[in-house]
Amino acid sequence: MPNQSSSLNLPPLVSSLIAPLPKSPMEMLLSAFTKRLVARRPELLRRLGAVVKVPIAIVPDDMPHAFLLSLDNEKSSVSICEKTEISDAQAVVRAPFLVLLGLLDGTYDGDALFFTRDLRIEGKTDYVLALRNTLEEADLSPGEFFGLSGRSADWVNGVGARMLDKARWLAARTGSQPSTLGRPH
Amino acid sequence: MPNSSSIELALGPCLFNWPADRLLAFYKKIATEAPIDRVYLGEVVCGKRMPFTDNIWPEAIEALEAAGKEVVLSTLAQPVNKRERQILQQQAGYDMPIEVNDMSMVPARKQGTFAVGPYLNVYNEATLSFLARQGARTWCPPVELSLDSIQKIAALVPEVDLELFAFGRLPLALSSRCYHARAHGLRKDSCQFICEQDPDGMDVATLDGRRFLAANGIQTLSDACHFAGLSAGHLATLGIKRLRLSPHTTDMIAVSRLFRDFLDGHCDVDKFEQQLEMLNLPGPLCNAYLLGDAGWKRMALPA
Amino acid sequence: MPEGTTKRMELVCPAGTPAALRAAADAGADAIYCGFANETNARNFPGLNFSPSELADGVAYAHAKGARVLVAINTFAQAGQIHLWEEAVNDAASAGADAVIAADIAVLQHAATNHPDLRLHLSVQAAANTPEAIRFYAETFGVKRVVLPRVLSVPEIAALNREIDVETEVFVFGGLCVMTEGRCALSSYATGKSPNLTGVCSPPDHVDYTEDPSGRLQARLGGFTIDSFESGQAAGYPTLCKGQFSAIEKTGYLFEDPVSLNAFELLEELSSAGVTALKIEGRQRGKAYIAGVVKAFRQAVDGLESGADARPAIAALKAFSEGGQQTAGSYKKTWR
Repeated sequence: MPNQSSSLNLPPLVSSLIAPLPKSPMEMLLSAFTKRLVARRPELLRRLGAVVKVPIAIVPDDMPHAFLLSLDNEKSSVSICEKTEISDAQAVVRAPFLVLLGLLDGTYDGDALFFTRDLRIEGKTDYVLALRNTLEEADLSPGEFFGLSGRSADWVNGVGARMLDKARWLAARTGSQPSTLGRPH
Repeated sequence: MPNSSSIELALGPCLFNWPADRLLAFYKKIATEAPIDRVYLGEVVCGKRMPFTDNIWPEAIEALEAAGKEVVLSTLAQPVNKRERQILQQQAGYDMPIEVNDMSMVPARKQGTFAVGPYLNVYNEATLSFLARQGARTWCPPVELSLDSIQKIAALVPEVDLELFAFGRLPLALSSRCYHARAHGLRKDSCQFICEQDPDGMDVATLDGRRFLAANGIQTLSDACHFAGLSAGHLATLGIKRLRLSPHTTDMIAVSRLFRDFLDGHCDVDKFEQQLEMLNLPGPLCNAYLLGDAGWKRMALPA
Repeated sequence: MPEGTTKRMELVCPAGTPAALRAAADAGADAIYCGFANETNARNFPGLNFSPSELADGVAYAHAKGARVLVAINTFAQAGQIHLWEEAVNDAASAGADAVIAADIAVLQHAATNHPDLRLHLSVQAAANTPEAIRFYAETFGVKRVVLPRVLSVPEIAALNREIDVETEVFVFGGLCVMTEGRCALSSYATGKSPNLTGVCSPPDHVDYTEDPSGRLQARLGGFTIDSFESGQAAGYPTLCKGQFSAIEKTGYLFEDPVSLNAFELLEELSSAGVTALKIEGRQRGKAYIAGVVKAFRQAVDGLESGADARPAIAALKAFSEGGQQTAGSYKKTWR
């Protein structure tokens, strides 16, 4: 069940803006960047171990769709599907979208989010843990994810950080209680 | 004591808080009626219980030795305060066989020999060889160690006699906190020796009512009753010389006779298990630690 | 330690990944402990830990920041497999580690014999809590420091330090073993895997969470229900010692609540008790935790001398704690 009281949910306005975006170009883009990331940093797949090739569903509470993530040497993919279409997944991670983004770049501590029930997991706990620990090591800034370096990476990271801060601020303002979770470092 | 198979039986130390008169009567009965070769006795779990039973040990030892049993003094597994430490140092000097359950005692016993109890973390051949050089002569492995590992170690350290924990609730954990006291709203320092209420341990069940563990003061045991239904031939192949039966309120004379009959080939494993289960056991039978699996499970052992 | 109580206590911080190691070094750790990605260390979780080359890089990074690296090879070597533990010690030495943290006599013996210059710390998993046991490890293997099991109160630690000339390290923050470390087979009883045997407590491949439509979260380990959290109620790790059970017709947290250790209030007493180093638990935690906790405890330790108030920084750590609750554990005798 979505944790409706979370202060980290996207405001309904933002959710409804995201909803109508076309699915397949987004899927193609995300898959392409994921493939490139995996090719660029093979040590991440080694760290991931058994999770490789097993689909994991990432379900943002406050978005209309779910993401199915498969990581593999050749054919990594991210597909976007209805929240009811995730039965192939061996494990499911549920959290508000901003919480998921914060896990991606290491802003939040996964265990702390679990204690506060902002993050919920089902299925193979070991797969979720392997993915979480690998993401911790990946240090996935937006620039890193898009495969940028130098000044272009700094620029994208800067824009990304400002957008996220803005979104978190908006979320915290519209949420029913202030966030007590870890701060950006 | 003449046995038709070479596998001996030992009675482990009583882990529970039994009143002194019950303990003494128990050992006198073991002395005269049980087909047991070696008896470990002494307080292993809680130093606070010691003063209540201190004065029965000479009489118990005398009765057991008179009946031809080898008596080993088993010692405290987790000494913390000064008094407990002093007791261990004193016991290390005794001119009788000693079972060591905490590393504190190894240097003090260096001059003599000792038995290594299941509370010492001995998981491999190098550690057991090291202890053998310090004087270890008998080893009862930690309860979670599989037969596979035990066999490897036995083959590489043949100078140490191997004794397998073979019957009783499994001693799983020690703590500095007393769970009997906590469950009764007390603290360890003012425990009122409430653990005396549960002579086989306090039953602990899960939220959905499934039997699971047993608390015994600072110790946590399994709810299930472990048993090693391994034939004498199989035990000999593994390098095991003796089986340890851990005391419970059930008829331990009957338990030891069933083990003896089975080891001597007088009954098959199915009948052995059936007859064990007819006794008033503290919990359902389990044995999967022997196969390296979850200890609570009951699995078919290779013949 | 006999030389007295004026020396600044060392802050020993966890790292489960190279990224966490860098976060700990950046946040002011004096020393960072980590382990290899196999059964040789007691945090053998999927996706965690270091390869030998990652360790070498980590050592270089930490040394550049003035931090030491301690490598935990603190499980018990498996029969017939001792060479894996020996190789881990060799790899730690080659990577330039400042010390190895070990519990098993087989591992200590190998390190003392083959790497006499490598500093040895006795892991908490060895459960050495008496002067006799500690002196035994010091005299036999040259152990320089002992990580104390969480069974002693602060006055008992002070008394212990007066009787030994080995450094002592104590846990001050993070996950809390309720049972004596290294002497607990609860996890293996339920799942077949234990800290001593495979370096995992409550192995994640045996953990199962289900949330029912009312939002109630049920946690199971090896099929045994160990806790249930109502919707919105803070949750904890799926460890048996912090589960809810029923006994004598009562239901509750029989062993311990879902709670984490925080000994911040006792830092001054621990310093007076002669403690050399303060340890933060959490090799399985993220960079956000490492950065937050290390920074706060850096302030706290420095504050013992400077008088600066670290309380706000420490108070902010509550969200990192299991069940949102904290305890001083066995350091206060009433805990028992």
